[in-house]
Amino acid sequence: MIEPGLYNYWIVVFLMMAGLYVVVARGNLIKKLVGLNVFQASVFLLYITMGKVEGGTAPILAEGVTVYSNPLPHVLILTAIVVGVATTALGLALVVRIQEAYGSIEEDELEEKDERDERKLRS
Amino acid sequence: MSHHFVIRVVGKLLIPFILLFGLYVQFHGDFGPGGGFQAGVIFASAFVLYALIYGVDKAREILPDDVLRVGIALGVLIFGGTGVVSMLWGAPYLDYSPLASTPSAGQHIGIFIVELGVGITVASVMVTLFNLFARRGGDDELDAE
Amino acid sequence: MITSNLPALQVVVPLLAGPLCVLLRREDVSYAIALLASWASFAMSILLLMAVLENGPISFAFGGWEPPWGIEYRIDSVNAYVLLIVAAIGAIVITYARPSVAYEIEPQRRYLFYTAYLLCLAGLLGVTITGDAFNVFVFLEISSLSSYVLISLGRDRQALTAAYRYLIFGTIGATFYLIGVGLLYQTTGTLNMADLAERVSTVTDSRTVRVAFAFMAVGLAMKAALFPLHIWLPNAYAYAPSVVSVFLAATATKVSVYLLLRVYFTIFGTPFAIQTMGLGDALMPLAILAMFVGSAVAIFQPDIKRMLAYSSVAQIGYMVLGIGIATTVGLTAGILHLFNHALMKGALFMAMGCVFYRLGSVRLEAMHGIGKTMPWTMGAFVVGGLSLIGVPATAGFVSKWYLILAAFERDWWWAAVLVLLSSLLAIIYVWRVIEVAYFRPPSDSAATAAEAPSVMVVPMWVLAGANVYFGLDTRVSVGVAQQAAKSLMDGGV
Repeated sequence: MIEPGLYNYWIVVFLMMAGLYVVVARGNLIKKLVGLNVFQASVFLLYITMGKVEGGTAPILAEGVTVYSNPLPHVLILTAIVVGVATTALGLALVVRIQEAYGSIEEDELEEKDERDERKLRS
Repeated sequence: MSHHFVIRVVGKLLIPFILLFGLYVQFHGDFGPGGGFQAGVIFASAFVLYALIYGVDKAREILPDDVLRVGIALGVLIFGGTGVVSMLWGAPYLDYSPLASTPSAGQHIGIFIVELGVGITVASVMVTLFNLFARRGGDDELDAE
Repeated sequence: MITSNLPALQVVVPLLAGPLCVLLRREDVSYAIALLASWASFAMSILLLMAVLENGPISFAFGGWEPPWGIEYRIDSVNAYVLLIVAAIGAIVITYARPSVAYEIEPQRRYLFYTAYLLCLAGLLGVTITGDAFNVFVFLEISSLSSYVLISLGRDRQALTAAYRYLIFGTIGATFYLIGVGLLYQTTGTLNMADLAERVSTVTDSRTVRVAFAFMAVGLAMKAALFPLHIWLPNAYAYAPSVVSVFLAATATKVSVYLLLRVYFTIFGTPFAIQTMGLGDALMPLAILAMFVGSAVAIFQPDIKRMLAYSSVAQIGYMVLGIGIATTVGLTAGILHLFNHALMKGALFMAMGCVFYRLGSVRLEAMHGIGKTMPWTMGAFVVGGLSLIGVPATAGFVSKWYLILAAFERDWWWAAVLVLLSSLLAIIYVWRVIEVAYFRPPSDSAATAAEAPSVMVVPMWVLAGANVYFGLDTRVSVGVAQQAAKSLMDGGV
């Protein structure tokens, strides 16, 4: 039986697999980045879920409150989000420059063009 | 987009409050929820909104690329420099306790300066990212015409 | 007070030197800063290694927050050794870099190159030095992001696609590691490696810990370019600017292999990793496949940088084979090869950097007869190549010797035979270059080429000379590797 309290983890698993699938299965470089983002978002959710303490409030000192959620995973994931933003920005910048250099962002077309270059070099 | 009257008026109304809220999140960060990352992003969003309404070139007149570049570097250096200062006072790296007369006041000042550094860098990076992408697209459109 | 902060400064100096370059923007100033910062971190890594060998592990609490609550930098004989490798390569590469960078990278981007280089160095040093599992992820991403930038600075447009592919792979690898850390935190409630090691041993039969182990193993194998997760590596090294190829080939994968060691043996502990999870049995076939596939593909590459990149895949196989044998001698061989491979690949890629500087190409057909016009460069290539093959009196021989010893110790004579057989493949691909360079009439471009400038030749020969020196005098390299292996097997941090 699946406990209802753990349904977050099912979402995590679903997002993780969906994201990874998009990265692997799609040839469009932007779609790959979108997949990567979904994949990373699933990990953010994983961390945030584990920081939740049942009945706990936001971890700010206040009178009459004794149970707090664990703030550490939140802080960790804030860092990971920043890393994710940087990765996405860099990835998109690369895609822009690939588009400028190749005139395409479809993986198979890029490979074709690279192969043509290589054949030219060999002959 | 300059002829969109409603957007311009709403934007003009909103931008100062976004900036103010950014500053609040920045400087209230050591008492309540907030801090440099969030404040930097909020602060940058005001400039992004401005650029969306009036165009990237106008926005770059207000915040030139050179200022942003200095901001990116300076923020990190403020963060790291705080650690170096505390080290020069004989404490471990990034131990802010010796920055003031009592350790807790020192921690207070330390985290304040560090978050300021974070805020400056994050805001500059965000605006720079937006500018760079927006400008590239703009050039393409010009080329197409 | 400066000495007590040495562990922090090791990372902070290059980390802050990076933005300083952005601030000052001028190319020559940036270069001077990069040079200073790299040599300073080299000096610090020597001091740290000496301190560790003398007094045992050093612990440094960041910001005065005591571990396990704060972030701890912890240096023992294992990572002091890796720190030394990374910092030494960093210092030698930056000394070599200037003419090559001036030749390959546009003037307005050069200060950014030095910034990215410093950040990459800081990231690699940070991954190595830290004792906090999450901090590893942060530094891993600092080094990875800057290396994507560095690779994309290459002159061909393939550099862009190579960087993009590396970005996808690198991010998935790092995120896998992050998932593993998350699951471990969930079961143990700590991120400090020493603390984790203590608590993981009490919960090893939980499925969460096993899943965490699997995620971290796959993620780090991706980062280390372990076969069959290596496909990002050949293009990334082949199309990156020469200096970047030298630097990444000699350091980046080494740090990932170190991290594999750290996670398997320190966090999860030898008994769990080897007996329960069967790590040795899983790594062994992959390592052997890497050795053969990497070398075999290398033979057919017309681009020598690409050939060397495939050879790196094979060499990572040797390191992982040492880990897979999972005895103290095996680990010694693995760690030793980490060091020796940095020396040989450094020298080889530097030689290719010199060739590219003069010819504008490192393809085999352009290099006909280059041995006569660039004798010093090709001389260094020959020394590095011999070391790669594992000829006696070179560093490569020593690590393969220990690898074979380790195989025999466990009665795996077939593993020893396979190591020798794959070395034969190395002879073929190194010989192809030597044959073309020395026994063919010079091509037009090679006939007019002059020797590379001495700023490039001297660092290159320092590394080539180190290949010979550490092939003859093994006291330091083997001694430290043995101590490191022993401390890993004993499970102590």
